Amino acid sequence: MSNYLLIPFLPLAAFLINILLGRKYLREKAHWVSILAVAGSWVVAVMTLGDVLSGKTLNQDLYTWIVSGSFKVSVGFLIDQLTVVMLIVVTTCSMLIHIYSVGYMHGDNGYYRFFAYLSLFTFCMLMLVMANNFLQLYFGWEGVGLCSYFLIGYYFEKKSASDAGKKAFIVNRFGDFGFGLGVIMIFLTFGTTYYEPVFGQVGGFANQTVNFLGYDVHLMTLIALLLFCGAIGKSAQMPLHVWLPDAMEGPTPVSALIHAATMVTAGVFMVARCNPIFSLSETALMVVALTGAITSLFSATIGLVQNDIKRIIAYSTISQLGYMFLACGVGAYTAGIFHLYTHAFFKALLFLCAGSVMHAMAGELDLQKMGGLKKYMPVTYFTMLLASLSIAGVPGFAGFFSKDEILWMAYSGPSPVGKFVWLIGTIVAFLTAFYSFRLIFLTFHGKFRGTHEQEHHLHESPKVMTIPLVLLCLGAIFSGYVGVPNLIGGIFGIEHSNWVAEFMKPVLGHPEGHGTHSEEWMVMGISVIAGFSGIGLAALFYLIKTDIPVKLAQQFNAIYKVLFNKYYVDELYSFLIVRPTIWISEKVLIGITDAKIIEAIVNGVPKGIGVLSQQLRKVQTGFLQHYAAIMAAGVLIIIALMLLR
Amino acid sequence: MVPLNWYLMLSTVVFMIGVFGFLTRRNIIIMFMSVELMLNGVNISLISFSHFLQDMRGQILVFFIITVAAAEAAIGLAIIIALFRNKTTAHVDEMTEMKG
Amino acid sequence: MEQAIMNNLGFPILSALIFLPIAGAALLLLMPRAKESLIKWASLLVSIIAFALSIPLFTNFDKTTHLMQFKERYEWIPSWNVTYYLGLDGISVLFVLLSTLITILCVLISWNSIKTKTKEFYISILIMEGAMIGVFCSLDFMLFYLFWEAMLIPMYLLIGVWGGPNRIYAAVKFFLYTLIGSVLMLVGIIVLYFYAGKTFDILELMTKTYPYQLQFWLFWAFFAAFAVKVPMFPVHTWLPDAHTEAPTAGSVILAAVLIKMGAYGFIRFSLPLFPEASKAMTPVMLTLSVIAIIYGAVICLAQTDLKRLIAYSSVSHMGFVTLGIFALNSQGVEGGILQMINHGIVTGALFLSVGVIYDRTHTRQIADYGGVASVMPVYAAAFMVFTLASIGLPATNGFIGEFLIILGGFAANQWAGVLAATGIIIGAGYMLWLYQRVFFMETNQKVAGLNDVNMREIITLLPMVLLIFWIGVYPNTFLGFMHESVRHLLERVNTGSVHEINIAKNIMEILK
Repeated sequence: MSNYLLIPFLPLAAFLINILLGRKYLREKAHWVSILAVAGSWVVAVMTLGDVLSGKTLNQDLYTWIVSGSFKVSVGFLIDQLTVVMLIVVTTCSMLIHIYSVGYMHGDNGYYRFFAYLSLFTFCMLMLVMANNFLQLYFGWEGVGLCSYFLIGYYFEKKSASDAGKKAFIVNRFGDFGFGLGVIMIFLTFGTTYYEPVFGQVGGFANQTVNFLGYDVHLMTLIALLLFCGAIGKSAQMPLHVWLPDAMEGPTPVSALIHAATMVTAGVFMVARCNPIFSLSETALMVVALTGAITSLFSATIGLVQNDIKRIIAYSTISQLGYMFLACGVGAYTAGIFHLYTHAFFKALLFLCAGSVMHAMAGELDLQKMGGLKKYMPVTYFTMLLASLSIAGVPGFAGFFSKDEILWMAYSGPSPVGKFVWLIGTIVAFLTAFYSFRLIFLTFHGKFRGTHEQEHHLHESPKVMTIPLVLLCLGAIFSGYVGVPNLIGGIFGIEHSNWVAEFMKPVLGHPEGHGTHSEEWMVMGISVIAGFSGIGLAALFYLIKTDIPVKLAQQFNAIYKVLFNKYYVDELYSFLIVRPTIWISEKVLIGITDAKIIEAIVNGVPKGIGVLSQQLRKVQTGFLQHYAAIMAAGVLIIIALMLLR
Repeated sequence: MVPLNWYLMLSTVVFMIGVFGFLTRRNIIIMFMSVELMLNGVNISLISFSHFLQDMRGQILVFFIITVAAAEAAIGLAIIIALFRNKTTAHVDEMTEMKG
Repeated sequence: MEQAIMNNLGFPILSALIFLPIAGAALLLLMPRAKESLIKWASLLVSIIAFALSIPLFTNFDKTTHLMQFKERYEWIPSWNVTYYLGLDGISVLFVLLSTLITILCVLISWNSIKTKTKEFYISILIMEGAMIGVFCSLDFMLFYLFWEAMLIPMYLLIGVWGGPNRIYAAVKFFLYTLIGSVLMLVGIIVLYFYAGKTFDILELMTKTYPYQLQFWLFWAFFAAFAVKVPMFPVHTWLPDAHTEAPTAGSVILAAVLIKMGAYGFIRFSLPLFPEASKAMTPVMLTLSVIAIIYGAVICLAQTDLKRLIAYSSVSHMGFVTLGIFALNSQGVEGGILQMINHGIVTGALFLSVGVIYDRTHTRQIADYGGVASVMPVYAAAFMVFTLASIGLPATNGFIGEFLIILGGFAANQWAGVLAATGIIIGAGYMLWLYQRVFFMETNQKVAGLNDVNMREIITLLPMVLLIFWIGVYPNTFLGFMHESVRHLLERVNTGSVHEINIAKNIMEILK
């Protein structure tokens, strides 16, 4: 236990040291603390992996956090197969990105602050994945959101950056609203928020209905959907995806770590973790699958036409997260987590490469002003190319194995929407390949389209940045080989080559696809063809006949505009939610209720008394005789009354 | 022996002269004197009752009233002089500071 | 039945706590007006000694019983059966500690900002402290009412003398608003006195049962006093004015302690004295609470004045407190009490922080700020902690309170829980927007070149930061105080039986 404690608490210590001492004492050396801490966490995480492989899992409380009546919850840790995969992903990515940041953030004013936040993020993320109860999950969940807020708004002098940070936090709060209610429902149903008893008893509630806000609903569907609200927010699924593209205002290593590799996958992790609940509700699973599928298609189409290098990768992230939910929604949690794991490597790599390009271009993000960078920055080019091949699902690369697993499970699984989401998934595979290579071709091929000064400035990034690129690249290529489909493994005479599925079985189960081998080959073939044709089309558009995209954009101007403006979702929210709320606040609550109703009464009563006394004061003439006469009259009246009695 | 009623009538007459004087006259000194008249009207009735009932308490009270009236006269006249110095008049209609 | 266990410290600690600041105030009265620093140091010393004196309440408190502790009882006005009766239980003990702590911080934050009538200012603050502690300790209704009204006077002076430009209006409004409520409570107290056989002893009154009709009317009489203090919707409008115009220390005391007394009153008096009426009124109270939560939060979005915004956020947060209390389950009530402490810490800290920057810029307009984080990084960090606690981020105290309240509220009434949770979303919205406009973006000309917080200000803000994390990470230290008292309270509320008696007859008896 005490060893495992090191995993989250080393980064926490680094955060505390950096935030307290960084500004005055550490300054340019701030990275050492953070890197050593996260490296320590990584080492312990690898040892933990060894423990879990040898069959040792752990579920233990550290201390009791909140007690109130029958409600009791602890800070505690659960180490099992799912946790350990996440631990490896988080610590590996975090460590490499910490190292990369040394080069990328060099000379920045808030150097210490940056590393402090990164460490805090790592701590929160690790607390999230290691939690053994829902409330601690919620702690990590909000904690990573907070770090994301800090880091998106890292350049806080820029209005756009601080806007984006705030937006991320608030949009996530909408999701957490549902998530929190889900946790409360879980407590009220099971009397506890610990995973183990909840997942243990879940079968007994399978067909129960509950009255929620006056409607009778299926209990498990309700809980699952409430929890999924949180996942929608955190993992930027429709309709709460709007914060993620804006989050690219943060420094690029942040986009790589938080908004690609780790934090945004927390939603997928949570759904996988709660698979006993989700599996009991067909409706909830269908919602998950459709949300994932639609989001992935929706954001892939936006990605086609964007020009901002980081936003394209951001939309690609949303799309790939949709893929993961799609997998969870068809019951293939293992496939979802497997994709999460491979995606972490190639997506982090894509972002870091984009960061490297920005570094060379002095912060320029517009693809239209790049081109021909291949010869200036070969390492970046090759690693990015390999990452793109991986995301495009080219056989042999990590992305291929996980994507194929998802598509096959969707096609062959028992889900009623399986075929439909498989179709969407395949289309998305094509689109993904297309926009990924559009990015590569526009950035690295052709002629340089920027200014002379920029061209002069072009250079490969320093070693401290390129080495993490190369290491992540190894992950992007080889990480998939732990989950080679049994079909392919069989050819090479390896039984159970889908090793990751076997590994995860105790936690996530492993639904088998119900299809023939030929069908499996067909699904695989179609996705490979989709990937290659996407690459081919991108090559045609952006290498060979470069005038086609412009013509297409002119011909389908309306569609192009809608896509380019991201389906106007931001504008819609501003119109439907933000502005009416502020309008109500200003005009109705302040203007009418407070000012015209409550204050009218509050100030009106004294005013009324004032008016009355204005009249009464006229009795007070100031003439002595008047007073005397009134007094005499009073005396007479009193005497009269006494005599008449 | 003079009956009690006569004394009481005298007392009433003196008191009413004081009341009417207080209500009708505008000179503050006269009004002040009217107040003294009222006090003395009351004194007469107190003394006559005291004599009639053979109870000394009435006369004790009268001594009190005379003492208080003396003190009041001293303070009242002082106030009137102060007022007169400020206003150069003893006419009460011109003193309407208490108007609400 | 013995209602209270004796003071285990061997000396009358509660009387000492009440009268030490008042004696200190008397001492200040004797000091020469010109020696300002002597006055400041003396009042600081008095407030620190009072705080030190209150620490045994924390360490020697017996958490295993709901009975009153540190009890003191002396005859006071025997002919009316009024006693000088003090004691603490798990519900009130934390508020005494909060009061003593807040007073120190108020003295510190006013160090340089109060330039006129310094002596009177510190006298007011110390008298305030004594009265506040008295309110929380009193077990006799007459004594309670005495302290309850005595609090108004120094607060009225603080706002009216050292306040902003519109201070007289705000002070009078505050005074009248609260007085009207209190007077209705006084009527209620007197009715209780006669009905229950001429006793003001709160513990004795709590053992009796009252007919429902009587409970109903008394509940609303007490409601008038408590709802105004909380403040609940729709009697909240004095709060923004009072907060905006009050000097920093005044706002801090107002936010941290004074408005807690309303909610404290509900828990201490309304629930145990009128259990059936409280239960019957739950729908009304929950509705008002939810309205306050959402109303207060939405109205914050359109505020342009720093202090006004925080004042309205108090309305929203206190809505959570009343929601928790009237959820009438242990999570709700304990969450409510904890949230009162939390709100005292967080909103107190926010007002302290506003005071820090107001001393430098002399403006409360949000639009006059911007980019403060670049010039005052330490200050910005502290304010960030307070902001996060205010929006209820896990690991800060706000989360524990709000979560328990929403849990309890949801269990009591699903709609109440769901709607209250929306308040958290809006809460994040206005607080982060405030933070952005003040601390982020380009540095405004008016804040360029400001000095970061100095040592005195750090000492003022640091206890709040530490408490926020202490309660957030290990709330059991504080929740532990409440368990027994709350359990006992809820037993009383939930098992009370209704005795229907002809109301007219009772009123006749009362009037006789």
